[in-house]
Amino acid sequence: MNYGPLLFLAAFFALAGSWFGFVLTPQVQLGQLQQTNTVPAGATYPVARPGLGHQGLEVYRANGCASCHSQQVGQTGTVCDVVLTDAGTNPPALIQTLLQVRPGLSEAEAKTFLGGLPKPVLERVTKEAADAATKALTVGGAKPQVWIVPTGPDIARGWGKRRTVAEDFLFDYPVMLGSQRIGPDLADVGARLPDANWHLRHLYAPRLEVKDSTMPPYRFLFEKRRIERARSPDALPLPARLAPEAGYEIVPTPKAKALVAYVMSLRADAPLFVAPLTVAAPPPETNAVPAK
Amino acid sequence: MAEVSSTQSTATGAPSAGSVIASAEIDLSCRVPLLILFLSAAVWLLVGSALALVASIKFHSPDFLAEQAWLTYGRVRPAYLNSVLYGFCVQAGLGVALWVLARLGRTLLAQPWLVILGGVLWNLGVTIGVAEILAGNTTGFENLEMPSHAAVIIFLGYLLLGIAGVLTFHRRRGRELFASQWFLFAALFWFAWIYSTANLLLLTFPARGVAQAVLTWWYSDNLQVVWLSLAGLAAVFYFVPKLAGRELHSHYLALFTFWFLVMFASWSGIPGTAPVPAWMPTVSTIATAFLILPVIAVALNVYRTMGRLIVVASGNPALSFVLVGVTAFVIAGLMQAGLALLDARQILHFTWFTTARSQLQFYGFFSMVMFGAIYHILPQLMRTEFASAKLLRVHLWLALVGTVLMVVPWAVGGIVQGIELQDPKVVFINIMKGSLPFLRVSTIGDLLLLLGHAVFLCNLIGLVVRFYRARAAAAYAAVTADLFKAAEAKT
Repeated sequence: MNYGPLLFLAAFFALAGSWFGFVLTPQVQLGQLQQTNTVPAGATYPVARPGLGHQGLEVYRANGCASCHSQQVGQTGTVCDVVLTDAGTNPPALIQTLLQVRPGLSEAEAKTFLGGLPKPVLERVTKEAADAATKALTVGGAKPQVWIVPTGPDIARGWGKRRTVAEDFLFDYPVMLGSQRIGPDLADVGARLPDANWHLRHLYAPRLEVKDSTMPPYRFLFEKRRIERARSPDALPLPARLAPEAGYEIVPTPKAKALVAYVMSLRADAPLFVAPLTVAAPPPETNAVPAK
Repeated sequence: MAEVSSTQSTATGAPSAGSVIASAEIDLSCRVPLLILFLSAAVWLLVGSALALVASIKFHSPDFLAEQAWLTYGRVRPAYLNSVLYGFCVQAGLGVALWVLARLGRTLLAQPWLVILGGVLWNLGVTIGVAEILAGNTTGFENLEMPSHAAVIIFLGYLLLGIAGVLTFHRRRGRELFASQWFLFAALFWFAWIYSTANLLLLTFPARGVAQAVLTWWYSDNLQVVWLSLAGLAAVFYFVPKLAGRELHSHYLALFTFWFLVMFASWSGIPGTAPVPAWMPTVSTIATAFLILPVIAVALNVYRTMGRLIVVASGNPALSFVLVGVTAFVIAGLMQAGLALLDARQILHFTWFTTARSQLQFYGFFSMVMFGAIYHILPQLMRTEFASAKLLRVHLWLALVGTVLMVVPWAVGGIVQGIELQDPKVVFINIMKGSLPFLRVSTIGDLLLLLGHAVFLCNLIGLVVRFYRARAAAAYAAVTADLFKAAEAKT
């Protein structure tokens, strides 16, 4: 039995199998992926990152940011909110239904509820319960809507509005999903922390912005310059203990600016067919930008 | 004692072809090429562990060496992993593979110049690659960080080494194969396939979007789980019986291990969190769960081979290294398969637990087996004994304690981290702070490993120095003897 050709064929077919499975098939299934549209707005997704953001990807790659930061938001499921957007023309009937749909509600509360719509009637319920409530609430021209809300620890943490999907990385090279969470996930950091100056200060001195952070400072992405006529508008405002000596200022290099542009272009909030979510026109309280 | 030859099932049925080649002749044909591979591997290991220590200290003080771009964590860590994986693991693995193939085939090493040239190219490629990573020219793909020009040199070097290996395998006397030969032959062509595929489809003709990530996972898994297991287990199945002076318990169990390893481990790389079609992580989880079978088979086979001898194995440092390696292989395998069986892969994916497992795989298992193998092979090549067996044992203890101090805190800290990441009420910065005490302990481990590798390199260099000193003394004696004779004749 122990002959060379047999051994060669055995190893050959084993590796060929895995090669077909995880090299060729992904090329066909993922490598042919095209742009898609957001649902229901129909906007093209994804669009290429802006030029500076694209350069920033190179800085992100060169400095191995993916060693500590993942870009993969996980999602464990989806729940529904029922949101009333319009009370319609028959408020008494609507109040009666409201009382049925939300048993804990008193009549007085229901009346005040109808002021200041849109408001969620039910939150975090199953699709079936949401559909039933919607059907019941459609009285006298009232307009209830079912909102899709992805759930999971990552989403509850504010790291993204929905799970990341293959489409999110369509135009990136290299794709750096990361394998460790020594630092927070960055898939949606552009939406979470939309202040470029915050990012610059954080890069220069992480513990200035996040107490106890273990992120190393990236001072080599900044430049110490003598102030010639006037302070540069780019100069970082730094507290006295970090500020350079008088007559000097710290300004970000083009690399730092590119990196920040890239980081701010990271978003995982486009509603897609494969990862549905309802994006509210005016953001409800739950979507507020979390404190740093 | 050299040729107990209990390892070779072919030993009794003597090879048909020609005269038997003496072990000493085989060793002589391997001497210079393998010395180059082993010494460079030891140097890379030392470089790698110095980089690892720098990376580790940054968790104590993030400002440590933060002014230079090339010393930032995100560059130092991949540089460390590449030095250890390509500089040490694969290089030492190939060296050991060549020797085992020559010894088991009872043939001289084929084309030693190919090995020398291949080794030079390989080290040139790794040097360029690691320098480029530190300079910021990394590719951004995990385990494949070296840019394409370095990868091409490495691949050429590999081809030369691999061809020498296949030729040596081909020249074997006796058709029946020992288990190690299966493993090594598969390993030789496996690496060529995965390395070329990954580099072509990631760097030369890049795949689109997330297909890149799938490829990277596929490659990493095939390198760290399949290749290291094939090459490492080949050495285990060769050295355990040889050093213990016993027959391998079961040839069939070894073949079972081989089959399950190549069939299932090559499918186990896609993590559960990946933003890819759901069938991929599902297939990987199932394949990973099956890995428990080869792991148990290895444990059983080695345990049965050793029997009561396990207790007295500590007398031989080389054997101790190999047995420590087998233990680590089993633990790492159980960690990996256990996660799949408990459906906990997703929970622990982003944590230090994964790091612990991978450390156990390429260091606890593979590197330990390589230490044992090199400590056995090198004295045979040089026909010289180590100056002090005590220093070998110092290395063993440093490596063992260092590994435990790294792997245990990472694994425990990783589980804590994973559970806390599942609970959105725990603020992220607190999770990170919570893992710091574990990382601090692991730094001590890094330090011990660095010391251990210094001892390792000193041991190897010491042996070489002893060899050449003895040779010089002999040559001097011969020359002077002639002179004396001539002088005597004159008078």
